[in-house]
Amino acid sequence: MKIQLNGENRVVAATTLAQLVQELGLETRTIAIEYNLEVAAKSGWSAHQIREGDRIEVVHMIGGG
Amino acid sequence: MSNSESDVLTIGSHTFRSRLIVGSGKYKDFPTTRNATEASEAEMITVAVRRVNITDAGKENLLDFIDSERYTILPNTAGCFNAEDAVRTLRLAREAGGWNLVKLEVLGDTETLYPNVVETIKAAQTLVSDGFEVMVYTNDDPIVATKLEEIGCVAVMPLGNPIGSGRGLANQFNIHVIKQRAKVPIVVDAGIGTASDAAKAMELGADACLINTAIAEAVDPLLMARAMRDAVRAGRQAYLAGRMPKRAFASASSPTDGYFWN
Repeated sequence: MKIQLNGENRVVAATTLAQLVQELGLETRTIAIEYNLEVAAKSGWSAHQIREGDRIEVVHMIGGG
Repeated sequence: MSNSESDVLTIGSHTFRSRLIVGSGKYKDFPTTRNATEASEAEMITVAVRRVNITDAGKENLLDFIDSERYTILPNTAGCFNAEDAVRTLRLAREAGGWNLVKLEVLGDTETLYPNVVETIKAAQTLVSDGFEVMVYTNDDPIVATKLEEIGCVAVMPLGNPIGSGRGLANQFNIHVIKQRAKVPIVVDAGIGTASDAAKAMELGADACLINTAIAEAVDPLLMARAMRDAVRAGRQAYLAGRMPKRAFASASSPTDGYFWN
């Protein structure tokens, strides 16, 4: 499935957000997902379907002031 | 002795013993970040929110070195130049780690990194309605500070000088006025360059200092972290002790009679 992930076009095998997190190897990280400009609740990731052309941002915390 | 036991810092629903808040940016590496943070004895540390590097997902990251159980993680909106981006950022941060106490900073331009107060006020209104406890970065304008408090921010954080400038407190009088009028904690955030700047901020009545560059860019960050820890404490104690008045003329420290000479 072709989606926009963190600003780049990407083909992913995942069909849900939870699968996407796993496909990217991010299961143990403190992250959040924005799905088409809305916060995707973590509790709903396994049920949350991904569709062609979705715009997904995966973010984490880094050093900053 | 110091009554640090009872002099707790209350910000929103949180209480802290330390009045030094630190940032996590600009360090040469993660171990230094961790060690300096520990040396500072800060209990709260700000972090930025950015895209995960998809191609390098296994790389080590900040929270591998900063224990989020030990420290209060304060997500910030560094890099946001409008209210919408700031609100998006903090909503995501809250979902990522459950953090409801956040730092709002909406900047106006990249050269001065001065706060855009119009966008800051907009963002603060949205975030407060959304249930966040907002610590808001702002300029040293007492009118804006009062406005942000009225909106419901749990702390107001006026700058001393631009972020990373290390120039100390540009307008001590304004910091004093802001503190006099405030009912919420006032945290001097940005511009502190060395220990005396932090002590001065606390002597003016600031409830805390937020310091990043001054520690991270010191030649010896660990030593500077300790210096800042001590400076914030010393300044706070001097403030609580109530300083002597400044006088136009001298006032002798010893009795002026009973001389055995002349």
